[in-house]
Amino acid sequence: MIDRKDVEHVARLTRLALTEPELERMREQLNSILAHLDTLRAVPTEGVEPTSHAVDVVNVMREDEPAPCLPRDVALANAPDPSDGLFRVPRIIEE
Amino acid sequence: MHRPIHELSAAYRRGDLTPVAVAEDYLARIGAFDGKVGAYLTVVREQALAAARESELRWRAGSPRGPLDGAPIALKDVLCTAGVRTTAGSRMLERFVPPYDATIVERLRAAGAVVLGKTNLDEFAMGSSTEHSAFHPTRNPWDLARVPGGSSGGSAAAVAGGLAAGAYGSDTGGSIRQPAAFCGVVGLKPTYGRVSRYGLIALASSLDQIGPFAQDVADTALLLGVVAGHDRRDATSIQAPVPDYAAELTKGVAGLTLGLPDEYFIDGMDPDVERAVRQAIEVLQGLGARIERVSLPTTRHSLAAYYVILPAEASSNLARYDGVKFGLRVPGRDLVEMQSRTRAAGFGAEVKRRIMLGTYALSAGYYDAYYGKAQSVRTLVRREFAAAFARVDLIVAPTTPNVAFKHGEKEDPLSMYLNDVFTIPGNLAGIPGVSVPCGFSAAGLPIGLQVLGRPLDEARVLRAAYAYEQATTWRSRRPELA
Amino acid sequence: MSAAASRYETVIGLEVHAQLSTRSKMFCGCPTTFGAPPNTQTCPVCLGMPGVLPVVNRRAVEFGIRTALAFSCRVNEACRFARKHYYYPDMPKNYQISQYEEPLAEDGFLEIDVEGGARSIGIQRLHLEEDVGKLLHEGTLETAQASLVDFNRSGVALMETVSRPDLSSPAEAASYLRAFRSVLIFLGVCDGNMEEGSLRCDANVSIRPRGSAPLGTKVEIKNLNSFRNVQRALEFEVRRQAQALDAGERIVQETRLWEADRGYTRSMRTKEFAHDYRYFPEPDLVPLQIDRRWVEEIRAELPELPRAWRRRAVAQYGLPPYDAEVLTQSRALVDYYEAALRESSQASGAGTDRPKVLSNWIMSELLRVLPGDDERAIKSSPIPPRHLVGLLQLIENSTISGKIAKDVFQKMFDTGQDARTIVEREGLTQVADEGALGRVIDSVMAANPKAIEDYRRGKKEAKGALIGQVMKETRGKANPALVNRLLEDKLSQT
Ligand SMILES: [Zn+2]
Repeated sequence: MIDRKDVEHVARLTRLALTEPELERMREQLNSILAHLDTLRAVPTEGVEPTSHAVDVVNVMREDEPAPCLPRDVALANAPDPSDGLFRVPRIIEE
Repeated sequence: MHRPIHELSAAYRRGDLTPVAVAEDYLARIGAFDGKVGAYLTVVREQALAAARESELRWRAGSPRGPLDGAPIALKDVLCTAGVRTTAGSRMLERFVPPYDATIVERLRAAGAVVLGKTNLDEFAMGSSTEHSAFHPTRNPWDLARVPGGSSGGSAAAVAGGLAAGAYGSDTGGSIRQPAAFCGVVGLKPTYGRVSRYGLIALASSLDQIGPFAQDVADTALLLGVVAGHDRRDATSIQAPVPDYAAELTKGVAGLTLGLPDEYFIDGMDPDVERAVRQAIEVLQGLGARIERVSLPTTRHSLAAYYVILPAEASSNLARYDGVKFGLRVPGRDLVEMQSRTRAAGFGAEVKRRIMLGTYALSAGYYDAYYGKAQSVRTLVRREFAAAFARVDLIVAPTTPNVAFKHGEKEDPLSMYLNDVFTIPGNLAGIPGVSVPCGFSAAGLPIGLQVLGRPLDEARVLRAAYAYEQATTWRSRRPELA
Repeated sequence: MSAAASRYETVIGLEVHAQLSTRSKMFCGCPTTFGAPPNTQTCPVCLGMPGVLPVVNRRAVEFGIRTALAFSCRVNEACRFARKHYYYPDMPKNYQISQYEEPLAEDGFLEIDVEGGARSIGIQRLHLEEDVGKLLHEGTLETAQASLVDFNRSGVALMETVSRPDLSSPAEAASYLRAFRSVLIFLGVCDGNMEEGSLRCDANVSIRPRGSAPLGTKVEIKNLNSFRNVQRALEFEVRRQAQALDAGERIVQETRLWEADRGYTRSMRTKEFAHDYRYFPEPDLVPLQIDRRWVEEIRAELPELPRAWRRRAVAQYGLPPYDAEVLTQSRALVDYYEAALRESSQASGAGTDRPKVLSNWIMSELLRVLPGDDERAIKSSPIPPRHLVGLLQLIENSTISGKIAKDVFQKMFDTGQDARTIVEREGLTQVADEGALGRVIDSVMAANPKAIEDYRRGKKEAKGALIGQVMKETRGKANPALVNRLLEDKLSQT
């Protein structure tokens, strides 16, 4: 079971501003989903290698050759707050 | 003029039809009916007509680029298109215009396909109903009160409703096959790595795969053939050569052994679905296929494993949407406030839920219990498929336990997730699967037969689907939108 | 410091991030030129745009293996990339592609010179990852109302090497970093330019009462970006911790930032949850199974490393250890030195002290005029090794004096011409013609009868004044030994 503090902690970790009612609803829903996911514990997996890729491809590398870049105005075309060729963000308060 | 692409190209060759006339007809149908269906998020009328005119010149000069030249198609709005906004169905990317084409979009343009527009989806491809697009829901052309399935519901509805000759979607846990079944069209999820993911807005990177929707199996083979193959920009793409899928279609099923998994006929599934699928299997038997029972016991744990892996990878893939480089920004007094507000406003409820779930599952102390465990279960699923495929050539099963449900019918996230129980194992194992129409429910809603194959064995999967399709007449039934 | 050193034992481990000298970035084709205008070296991949995918740069893996072999690490048969998550605006995806459970290489060591001998410092792991962009603040970080992000550096190939906590003093830590840098430069995998951020260092430091078994609480110090700062910051931190323990306080496990301008470390007040990196295997990249033959090929091509070279230079060339140490600060410098030695062994008449003479000239003259000791500065030196050897030959065959040689050296640097050309054009050839010099001496003696008188009355230093006069008359070009002999002859004759 996860409690309100866990939900708040996870929301902070992933930068989501949740309202009070959202936090509560999230707690309920996450607990109900996690209860289902916890059925996994019953599966015997000792000594079973995890699969992170469904296909057995290995050693894919590219040669060290420079390729063209985006023109700067294109790189910044979607920026919410471009400023003289840079991406502007509000002040950073150290955590 | 809504007819399969292989018929369109034959008509172009004969000069009975022209790409411009066909494109105009599709655009007119979109204008007339998409208000009801809501398949599209963006229609690129002028670009489509320009591409159709160029295609027409090539056909007239007798030098078309192949069977897709002049074919009007639609793209799920997670496939990046240079210069055309690509939203992923999210407020977060409402105004995002990529400066690049996805690899498959490049290949389609090179093949002369005419892109009509970008289709609707559940936000960031999270969902099974296309109700959870940030913009509007998509409706099932067979019954506008019902969902088209999802997350690629816009692409499925467009092909079913005659709003595109063919379309592409992405399938992470069934997002092509399930809407194909709900909308009565053919939908294929290729082997993981068969089609480049470069330019596909990622949901769960180890599961996502792009595939086609088509009016029939022959078109499916064409649409797959053009986009399949190795891509240097996708390290997970497979180097194997691409067979001529269309040429393999007619080899029939005589002599093939089809596996029937016990675990794919479960309590609570729609009896109409079970009946239709069992009848389809009899048809295949009649065509000379042998049927053998197989067991895939870990199927029942697939859903749980999937709902660990998917949210975990999604929470990571979606971390980049933070109001700094592109997409939505909601102002804040400082960086963290800006980012937290942007993500709160830019993502819908389901996306937030999965981001939270995934972040939790990966966080300190829970990795082994959730992500690590789910990846081991995934290994068991792969092993079971491998063992089954040692005995049988293909596996046949229902695509979904039910037919299309009504809008708003599944409010509870878990009951929505259950829609994907028969499609998820194929994603976990990375194997190819197709959904082909196999009948209708008593209420007249389409039902899908799923054919799964060995890795890279799309040719045989399509061959069985084609044999079945040619032996039945389901594809002659079309929904009426007028 | 010394008080603290006597009561407490210091335990330091260093994490060094080195930018690899690849032509393109770690996972995309963008070039890595330093100092390009902001956001002109980016593409969808290194901007973290939706749908893009990384592909591993083979050269970066090769450089990682090369370095691992130089440190005698075990190159893992299988390695894998992982995503490391934290939110920071200079990191476009808000995760960094790095390596976690299966790094490229593990378990090596680096030998460093310390007071009274050599020590072997363990290397725990070496892995590859991508760099982040750069943040520019409108003012200082604390007062800025906004910050600006430049993603040019985002995605540049980085190699992180983590030492074991084997370093027992700030001086040793600086020595480790110096040796480390020198090895990387010799391998050609990193330019070692600390001002440009090619090499960056974080430290873990703890102290414990001398002789006590358990390790003290570890504090991480960030932002140690020069040898001097490593030493100063660690000295400050050791002192701070010692004072805290003396005062009966407990050391808090935390991350502290070295403020070089102010000379202290300060707490970054990092909340504990910020360290929840949520690593998981990068699904967009497939595992690497390092081919043993590839490793052996790289091993076969390993260059001679600084320590080995120093040992050989001392034994074979008779070079003082200090000279060898200075020269091995840069691979290019050693290459220059070796090239000069080869040149002079081909030339005739080189004295047996030629190795030492060459290192003197390189250390005191060449390094004085060059803008730096790095690859770029030395490779573009206007005085190639052949020219330096040419200059030394003119000294040894008495064409010019050592004093004139220094002026010629400066002219060689300014013009790029060789010594002989300059000497001939400017008439700087040493007067070594006995007849010509004899006439100059005669006229000097004629003009200085008093000095001759003084000399004959036993005031031997008067000879020095006469030599000075001769050198002045010949504008320094006279061969001093010859002047001395001729003068003595003439003084004894008359
Ligand atoms: Zn780039």
